[in-house]
Amino acid sequence: MSRYRIPGMGRVDPARTVRFTFDGRSYTGLRGDTVASALLAHGVHLMGRSFKYHRPRGPVTAGSEEPNALIGTSRGPGRFEPNTRATVQELREGLVAESQNKWPSLKFDIGAVNDRAYMLFSAGFYYKTFMWPRSFWDRVYEPFIRAAAGLGKSPTEADPDSYASRNLHTDVLVIGGGAAGLQAALVAAKSGARVVLVDENPEMGGSLLSDPSVRIDGQGAWAWLADRVAQLRAAGVTLMTRTTAIGYYHQNFVGLVERVADHLDRPPQGAPRERMWHVRARQVVLAQGALEKPLVFDGNDRPGVMLAGAAQTYLNRYGVKVGDIAAVVTSHDSAWYAAFDLADAGARVAAIADTRDRVRQDLVDAARRRGIEVLAGHTATATSGRLRVRSVRVNPVRDGKVGPGREIACDVLLICGGWTPSLHLFSHTKGSLAWDADNRTFLPDRTTEACQIAGAGRGLWGYGPVLEDGMRAGLAAAEALGRTGTPAGAGVEGDRPGTGVTQKELPTDRSAGKAKAFVDYQNDVTAKDIRLAVREGMRSIEHVKRYTTNGMATDQGKMSNINGLMIAADALAKEPPQVGLTTFRPPYTPTSFGAFVGYHKGATFELTRRTPIDPWAEAQGAAFEPVSLWRRAWYFPRAGEDMHAAVARECRMTRASAGMFDASTLGKIEVAGPDATEFMNRMYTNPWTKLAPGRCRYGLLLGEDGFIRDDGVIGRLAQDLFHVTTTTGGAARVLNMMEDYLQTEWPDLDVWLTSTTEQWATVAVNGPNARKVLAPLVEGQDLSDEAFPHMSVAQCTVAGFPARLFRISFTGELGFEINVPARHGLALWTAIHAAGQPYDICPYGTETMHVLRAEKGYIIVGQDTDGTVTPQDAGLDWAIGKAKKDFVGKRSLQRPDIVAPNRKQLVGLLTEDGTRLQEGAQIVLDPNQTLPMTMAGHVTSSYDSVALGRPIAMAVIAGGHGRMGETVHIPMPNGTVRATITSTNFYDPAGERLKA
Amino acid sequence: MLLIHCPYCDETLPEAEFAYAGEAHIARPADPSALTDEEWRDFLFIRTNARGPHYERWRHIHGCGRFFNACRDTVSDRFLMTYKAGEERPAHATLEAAE
Repeated sequence: MSRYRIPGMGRVDPARTVRFTFDGRSYTGLRGDTVASALLAHGVHLMGRSFKYHRPRGPVTAGSEEPNALIGTSRGPGRFEPNTRATVQELREGLVAESQNKWPSLKFDIGAVNDRAYMLFSAGFYYKTFMWPRSFWDRVYEPFIRAAAGLGKSPTEADPDSYASRNLHTDVLVIGGGAAGLQAALVAAKSGARVVLVDENPEMGGSLLSDPSVRIDGQGAWAWLADRVAQLRAAGVTLMTRTTAIGYYHQNFVGLVERVADHLDRPPQGAPRERMWHVRARQVVLAQGALEKPLVFDGNDRPGVMLAGAAQTYLNRYGVKVGDIAAVVTSHDSAWYAAFDLADAGARVAAIADTRDRVRQDLVDAARRRGIEVLAGHTATATSGRLRVRSVRVNPVRDGKVGPGREIACDVLLICGGWTPSLHLFSHTKGSLAWDADNRTFLPDRTTEACQIAGAGRGLWGYGPVLEDGMRAGLAAAEALGRTGTPAGAGVEGDRPGTGVTQKELPTDRSAGKAKAFVDYQNDVTAKDIRLAVREGMRSIEHVKRYTTNGMATDQGKMSNINGLMIAADALAKEPPQVGLTTFRPPYTPTSFGAFVGYHKGATFELTRRTPIDPWAEAQGAAFEPVSLWRRAWYFPRAGEDMHAAVARECRMTRASAGMFDASTLGKIEVAGPDATEFMNRMYTNPWTKLAPGRCRYGLLLGEDGFIRDDGVIGRLAQDLFHVTTTTGGAARVLNMMEDYLQTEWPDLDVWLTSTTEQWATVAVNGPNARKVLAPLVEGQDLSDEAFPHMSVAQCTVAGFPARLFRISFTGELGFEINVPARHGLALWTAIHAAGQPYDICPYGTETMHVLRAEKGYIIVGQDTDGTVTPQDAGLDWAIGKAKKDFVGKRSLQRPDIVAPNRKQLVGLLTEDGTRLQEGAQIVLDPNQTLPMTMAGHVTSSYDSVALGRPIAMAVIAGGHGRMGETVHIPMPNGTVRATITSTNFYDPAGERLKA
Repeated sequence: MLLIHCPYCDETLPEAEFAYAGEAHIARPADPSALTDEEWRDFLFIRTNARGPHYERWRHIHGCGRFFNACRDTVSDRFLMTYKAGEERPAHATLEAAE
């Protein structure tokens, strides 16, 4: 048995030993221990170093609000977690734990020089210390800050664990399984409601687990608890332990994270590590209790200084005596009971110093009976001890004057500055808080959700009132659901009622400026820092918070916010509610990324759309690229080819004979109905009335602001039927935009819109031999130039499949696009590939498609346009139906800024020295101007062109259309590149090849 | 995750099924060419940016596909009511009753 374990106490199992290591040393604990309780059982308080000053620290709490005892835990490769709270992590066999923020060792740490340089690191030091000289920032300050910053070590390997995600609907969700929550859940369940009760601890009970001496309904607290849990099960309540409610969102939507595996010696194969629950509850009961605050005085952070309630929990729940000689400094009655429990368990309690002049007589008597010295009206002014507290210095305070100090030897100092109602989740809902001037605390006021708050969260104290309030909340929830609950009273004997006062930092007889009186342990913020922030002009609590970082650590100031507010309010000479409270935000406690990610990682990160021809491309060893959610064949490398060689060959073969391309991802929308032409006239810039069935046209779609949104070839199949194609990425947006106008602006038009993107597979065949490849496969349509000229569309049969055949080109070559029902796509592709063999037909991917279209100056919306490009800017004014009275965006083409001169216009660029430009590179007109230079535009597309034997580029340049032949300059890291402005139509400008 | 009532489906469904579509009751002018530059600018860009009840459009994009109107309080993020496209903007009294 370890030295500080008390046989017969606690809820740990003395028969089951668990081995673990801390900083390489082996320890044993008991089943039911946390890492913190197991180490404390061995007398180990020193568990870490603080963030800024690297001061030695031990646990101050026994719960999830712990700011100090943060450790790294691991279980094999990839399963390292930093900043695990030792007070929460349950012991498991073989657990490997290590302390943080120390080098070379926890007991001797170089970084602790920061503690000596304390004056340098006061509030706002960041803004003051590293200002000068400027040149030091990059080489000295930033590397230093980066090395020193951060809490714990980041894991470096991928997380091999899986995380689950579930939805849950219930009538009542009760958050917190303490006395109030247990009562609320039972009353609600007995009314017939479906109830879920969650608690972050491994077992229900809340503070009852630390108060076994209380008797309820004639039973000991723990017997009553066991009975109550059994009743809840019998009533059908879903009990979820190790489950933290991390956030409370609109309409009673609550996020829960269940820790499934971290406490298990060997998690079952395939079990998730954690499970995120998305809960929608008709009623929520918040029964989260209250959190104990520390007192603020010099040296209140040494290992061995802990909250009185934590010491009581370690004793009663884990059977661990936190020290041999305790001293107590408190401003609340609750710490007295903690001292009594310790004394009764065999520890010596040297003294209880209470900041209040008058303390309840029964407490004083009970203390004296146990031989504990009582010091009312006292303050604490210092502690001693490097790695463990050795003494506390207490002084009497009379009429505001601090009297002479006196050292009290101790190896553990219990402090209590009162309790803060735990209203974090309530604050997530924007529920308002009201200042209770009598108790100097914030209490819940107006709720915005269907929620009840019960117990210590409403400022109640003692099990009698709390149980009563839990019952009330359960009844209220049942009633709100239209049910009738039955009151279930609970009689309490040996209750532990209590009151206290809320303090700012304690008065001292020493220099307050030298006191290291910590408010926020995790971020090393002292009372002095907060007063300094106010002196330096911070008035709002939000500014004080950010300037000092008080409450900004991962514990979100659970212990520090109210103490910080009290000090700031005092410094500002205001009442606390006038200074205000900072906002709590989800998550309630630090939450793993894995829990949020759930199933959305790896292959299930997002869906991958594949065309019917994708398997063929994969079998051919194609390289793929993602295009919106599609996986598209990028290029088809042959043996020994890199991307550059493969693309060059694909370009060459297509221009020389024939190439084939999977264009199935193109968006397709069927526009049908008697008013289809009128609808098209209103949506697109082009005129559609005179387009004959069997003909197609390049369509341009603007936003109402006049900027290009999308483009594509549109075929008219009949008077009342258009086959619209869109860009691959724009399909859903275009359909949404069309639906918007049709439903809300022109509901009188008789038109139907149908997405057909996935109904058609599309193969493009391009090249001088395209017709020869295709003709043998086509039935029902003469492919000759006379019968089927450029920009024709026909419904016919291709390779035996019903098809919509287009004669169009995105390469500048003779081209066809064949659409067949998607299920025939792969068969069509292989048929064309076979028919093309005599012509050495070349399957090509998206990269070659990009090069070939750029050689012709065909734009890609979203690459050559960026949402600020008009048809004129892009050189597409020919696509505008100028005779049309109106279309979407037409009015904007007359806006003053659209008709203004010197807009950026799309042009071609040819570099003088044959350099291939980088897409996105900035362009200047005069390379010798002073910095910062005036940017004239940027490169939008750039490729090596085999057909032209040189790189080509497209760019938007201010007034570019009027600058043909001028030289511009592209400053790059290794020199400025000169380029000439040209037309974007680099290849076959007369368009002869289209007509072949 | 808000719950939104689709007035066409007459179902209250998770926000993930819906897409926001900007401020409501801004009709496209019948003859844009008749508008001055300033009037057209206002139609394009000027929005109320209300603090409180805000009339806005939503689309039940992963459901029936219909656009509809809603009144949502931008302070509380609460939907006060939803109604079909083309229906009159509800009066404040109606909204209070709905709330």
